[in-house]
Amino acid sequence: MLIRISDDALARALGADKLAEAFASKGHEVHRVSSWGMHWLEPLVDIGGKGFGPATLNDVDAILDGSSAKAIGEIAEHPFIAKQQRLTFARAGRTRPTDLDDYLAHGGFVGLNRARAIGGQAIITEVLQSGLRGRGGAGFPAGIKWQTVANAPGPKKYIVCNADEGDSATFADRMVMEGDPFHLLEGLAIAGEAVGADQGYIYVRSEYPDAIRKLNEALAKCAHILAPFKCEVRVGAGAYVCGEETSLLNSLEGKRGEVRAKPPLPALEGLFGKPTVVNNVLTLAAIPHILEEGGASHYDSHGINRSKGTMPIQLAGNIKHGGLFEVAFGITLRELVYDIGGGTESGRPVKAVQVGGPLGAYIHPDQFDIEFDYEAYAAVDALIGHAGLTVFDDTADMGGMARFAMEFCAAESCGKCTPCRIGAVRGVELIDRILAGGRVPDTLELAPQMHNAKTKTRTQGEEIELLTDLCDTMKFGSLCALGGFTPYPVMSALKHWPEDFTGSPVVAEAAE
Amino acid sequence: MTDKATLIGEILAAHAHQEGPLLPILHDVQHAFGCVDAESEALIAKGLNLSRADVHGVVSFYHDYSSTADPRPVVQICRAESCKSRGVEALMASAKAAAGARVKLHTVYCLGLCSSGPNARVGDTLYARLDAAALTQVIENA
Repeated sequence: MLIRISDDALARALGADKLAEAFASKGHEVHRVSSWGMHWLEPLVDIGGKGFGPATLNDVDAILDGSSAKAIGEIAEHPFIAKQQRLTFARAGRTRPTDLDDYLAHGGFVGLNRARAIGGQAIITEVLQSGLRGRGGAGFPAGIKWQTVANAPGPKKYIVCNADEGDSATFADRMVMEGDPFHLLEGLAIAGEAVGADQGYIYVRSEYPDAIRKLNEALAKCAHILAPFKCEVRVGAGAYVCGEETSLLNSLEGKRGEVRAKPPLPALEGLFGKPTVVNNVLTLAAIPHILEEGGASHYDSHGINRSKGTMPIQLAGNIKHGGLFEVAFGITLRELVYDIGGGTESGRPVKAVQVGGPLGAYIHPDQFDIEFDYEAYAAVDALIGHAGLTVFDDTADMGGMARFAMEFCAAESCGKCTPCRIGAVRGVELIDRILAGGRVPDTLELAPQMHNAKTKTRTQGEEIELLTDLCDTMKFGSLCALGGFTPYPVMSALKHWPEDFTGSPVVAEAAE
Repeated sequence: MTDKATLIGEILAAHAHQEGPLLPILHDVQHAFGCVDAESEALIAKGLNLSRADVHGVVSFYHDYSSTADPRPVVQICRAESCKSRGVEALMASAKAAAGARVKLHTVYCLGLCSSGPNARVGDTLYARLDAAALTQVIENA
């Protein structure tokens, strides 16, 4: 019997390797495929399209004789899968990640072949038509970036894939790299064809050993197809800020991962000073589909307003049915969290959802009807980011989470600009003082010589005013999104859950 | 020439064809010696025609490189938002007790298994859906 078990890092962390061995030792052929993305069911055993999960070693015999209580029926018809519109993740669960024949049999390199036939300018036109925007967070139209690089003078250009997926609640990049590495490489090669670049780099964070291994394996197997385009996998070194594109470029060059001021744009002066396309994994992974016959208009037919196509949304945190959910823009958080995610795993009420990773705002359940759309989120001081959702139940302490946001920024700041480097440290201190109930003057301030020092205790309200001011400075004064977006989680937590800061909502409302 | 100089020379030669090879070189040196110490920094600087300050600046910037070797086994525990929402903080006291002085606990922000936390990593092996007992087990086996 042919048994398919994922070799995704998540499935492996939950014992998929031993499970696969157990089936193999009973004489069955086991294929290690990519993950379907239903993480609460991992390790998921797939026998002829029927699923069993989450499977343990004790379930092996029951699964084989068909009596297992963990049967979920046809995997492809499971509501979690059936409700999705999978374009980027079309092959998820169906192919062996580093098997070139599997990839070719499932539409692999169709996009690249067609791209090569139509040529650079036509590729860019189609990417523009598709409405694809950068999936890393900023949402900049991919076609315009490519056009800028294509028009830039000079013989040497680069394609850089940002695979430094450091945000909590995001794992879609990892799933692309581990589950469908050829697909990402195809996207890079198409980008190279479009702008006239013959060298690509994929910058992967060191926390993803499986992704690094599989990308290198896939690269070795398809180098002849990608040629003359060359590609190399580079491994990060644990710096969160290297997910910012200019910092990533410095890191690739072998420097400290400090942010560069823009302009010059990386599209004109990027890696080693050459015109460079820097795109996120999901952006490049959307490209092969767009370049298929009719792909651009098909992609454009999904989504709403200026947010076109599909978004691989990652359901994480305290959620019952966590995993990867690729769907057209326009879906609401209510549908995602309750209908699809099944509410919290703990069974308690949802208190908050953080959308967009550590730099994204905390969304209150009252706002759950906002449609998933770049502009709609921006309008309520939130961001989609990389579309990771962290669900919190009512035990979450939002004052503590706001403090953590500042603490994280202080730990990961590259140190280049003052609002982020110092502001984050002051932010932690301020939040500590708010949580402690205000600020008592110190000994020096109370000394009789200090005529001008305030001798009154600074109230929580005054401290909140200071924090608001600090957040304003960080938001508008920081060089990159790390310092610039840290105020989103802090201010949204303060706005919606002031009682978690002050013990009573009254003081904070007075300060607003 | 010392053994270290020979080995670093080999590492430098292996990366000679790469553009911007410093990070890959540092990864190899960190892997070979468990740290990138001052002597290694000087050798790398000489090999790449950089100043020692340049190399030290890079080594000290990234979390993955350390200036002294730590012989203890390392258990990385994710304490980012998603793992917090799934209760990692409540496990830390027992984890610290289990680690004692023998195991080094290292906080990381995100191992990419955010739907199934709390998560930990030892070497290249990942662990997910940990509770206090399972995490203690991971630490004791490290």
